[in-house]
Amino acid sequence: MSLDASDIEKIAHLARLAIAPESIERYAVDLSNILDLVARMDAIDTTGVTPMAHPLHMSQRLRADRVVDSDQRELFQSIAPLTEDGLYLVPKVID
Amino acid sequence: MQNKSIAQLAADLRLRTYSSVELTRHYLERIARLDPRLNSFISVASDAALAAAERADRMIATGDAGPLAGIPIAHKDIFCTAGLKTSCGSRMLDNFIAPYDATVVERLSAAGAVILGKTNMDEFAMGSSNETSYYGPVKNPWDPTRVPGGSSGGSAAAVAARLCAAATGTDTGGSIRQPAALCGITGLKPTYGRCSRWGMIAFASSLDQAGILARSAADVACLLDEMAGFDPRDSTSADVPVPDYVDALDDDIAGLRIGLPKEYFGSGLDDRVARSVHAAIAELERLGASVREISLPNSMLAVPVYYVVAPAECSSNLARFDGVRYGHRCAHPQDLDDLYKRSRAEGFGAEVRRRIMIGTYVLSAGYYDAYYLKAQKIRHLIADDFARAFETVDVIMGPTAPTTAFALGAKLDDPVAMYLNDIYTIATNLAGLPGMSIPVEPVDGLPVGLQLIGNAFAEARLLNVAHRFQQVTHWHQGAPAGFE
Repeated sequence: MSLDASDIEKIAHLARLAIAPESIERYAVDLSNILDLVARMDAIDTTGVTPMAHPLHMSQRLRADRVVDSDQRELFQSIAPLTEDGLYLVPKVID
Repeated sequence: MQNKSIAQLAADLRLRTYSSVELTRHYLERIARLDPRLNSFISVASDAALAAAERADRMIATGDAGPLAGIPIAHKDIFCTAGLKTSCGSRMLDNFIAPYDATVVERLSAAGAVILGKTNMDEFAMGSSNETSYYGPVKNPWDPTRVPGGSSGGSAAAVAARLCAAATGTDTGGSIRQPAALCGITGLKPTYGRCSRWGMIAFASSLDQAGILARSAADVACLLDEMAGFDPRDSTSADVPVPDYVDALDDDIAGLRIGLPKEYFGSGLDDRVARSVHAAIAELERLGASVREISLPNSMLAVPVYYVVAPAECSSNLARFDGVRYGHRCAHPQDLDDLYKRSRAEGFGAEVRRRIMIGTYVLSAGYYDAYYLKAQKIRHLIADDFARAFETVDVIMGPTAPTTAFALGAKLDDPVAMYLNDIYTIATNLAGLPGMSIPVEPVDGLPVGLQLIGNAFAEARLLNVAHRFQQVTHWHQGAPAGFE
C-alpha cells in the first residue's frame, strides 16, 4: 500500500493536524511502510469469524441515570487556555 | 534501605527502625543525586512526599496504618494526580494539572503509599524505547548508552536504579513487560479490566491496562493487592473477585504445566537470549513443573493487527486534545480549524502524529472493513489460540523481547523496526490476558526477561510461579553498577 501527497494531506485534515509541506514525503514513506506491515493480515482467511470488540467478550455495563457528581466548572476551567464568564473561548465561528 | 523488599520496609516502619520520613528523604536524596544520569522522573514531589510520609508515620504510631503505609513509590506520568503535573510525556500536557486522582493512585494512596514523583515515558505511551518523550530519553541504568525500553521506561529505570520501592506502569502492547525485561526487574500487566482505567490517560481503550514494576514478584503482589478490583467509574472494569495475591505466593508449583509456543522461539530471537530463557525454564522443571511445546499459529499476526487496532483507538481517544478545554493551545489562531490543527501539530510529537494519521486512515470511509474489521477478526483468532493452549497448560512462557536493550537512537528513524520489538508481548494484550516479565540470566551484563502468560484473572498463579523462581535464583537481586 502506497500513499501519495494528496492522501497525506487528506488524512492530516481529517485528523486536524497541521502539516508542513516539507514533511509530507516523510509521512508518505512512514505510513506506507506501516501499511505494508499491516498488509500481512491479508494472508489470513477470516470468512465467518466474528470480530472481537472486547478482549474478554464482556458487554458494556450501563449505570443508573442518576446524578453522582457535583458541579466543578470552576475547577475544570482553571486549567483551560482561555475562558470568560464560565465559557471556553475560541476564535469567532459565526459572524 | 533501597535494597529491602516492600514487606521488609513495612515491617521496619512498624518497628520504628526508621520512619517513613527518613525513608522518603533517603529516596529523594538518591533521586537528586542519581537521576540526572537517567532522566527517569518528569516531576519529583518532594514536599508532598514528605508530608505524606509524616502522615504515614502518625498513622503507624496510632495503629491505623494501611498495608503500604509509608512506602515510597512513583507513578508513571500517565496517571492523573490531583495538584501534581500529569504530562503523559507530551508537550500537549506540559501545563496540565489534573483536577482529580486516578483510581489506581487513589487506592495506593489510601493504602498509605507515599508518592515520590511521576516517571518519564514515551509520549502518550506510544513507543518501545522511551525516546519519544517530550522530556528527553531515559537511559538504561545497566548501560546509559542503551534504551530502558518503553513506554514505561522511566518507571523501569527508576525501580532498577533503586530510586523508588516500586512504580506503576501501563501496558497496551508490552509497555510494562518489555522495559521490565530490558531493565532487569519484575513487571506485571494484569488481565484487561483487573485494575481501573479511570484517570489513566487513554491510548487504546480495548488494550490499555494498569500494572506494576518492582524488584520482585512479592513486591508486585503487595501493590496489586491494593490496586486490583472493580471500579464503577470505569465502564470496562471487571467485576470479578480479587484474591489475596500475597497469600498465594508460596503455593507449591509441583505439577505446573508450562507451554512453550514454538512461534516464540523462531528466527528473530537472539540465541543467547533464548539460552537464558531455556535455562530459567529448566530451573522451574527442577521445582516440579512439566514443559510441553504448544502452538499459537496466529501470534505472528499480532503486530500487524495491533498497528490497526491501537492507532485506530488512539486517533479517536486523542481527538479530545483540541486546544480548547485544557492542554497546549497555539498562539494567535486565525480560526477554529487553525486552532485545532496547529495546537495539535505543536502539542504532539512525531510518533503520536504518525499513529493518529494511521488510525484516522484505517477508520476513514471505505477502509474500515479492510483494516479495522479485519483486524478485529484476526484478534479473535489470536485469542482463540490462547484459549486452546490453556486447555492443556497452566502458564505459557517465552522471551519477553527478542534481544537485550538496544542502543539509544538505533531504531528511532524506523518505526516498523521499533514496532517489531514488541513481537512477543502484543498478542497478550489483544487477548486481554495477564503477562509478566521476570529477570533471568543476563547476556553480556545486560538483563534478559522471561515472559509468563496466564489465563484471564490468573495473576495469583503468575506471581506464585515467579516468586518460587525468585526464591531459588538471584537474578532479580542484581543491581546496576553505581546504583547498588
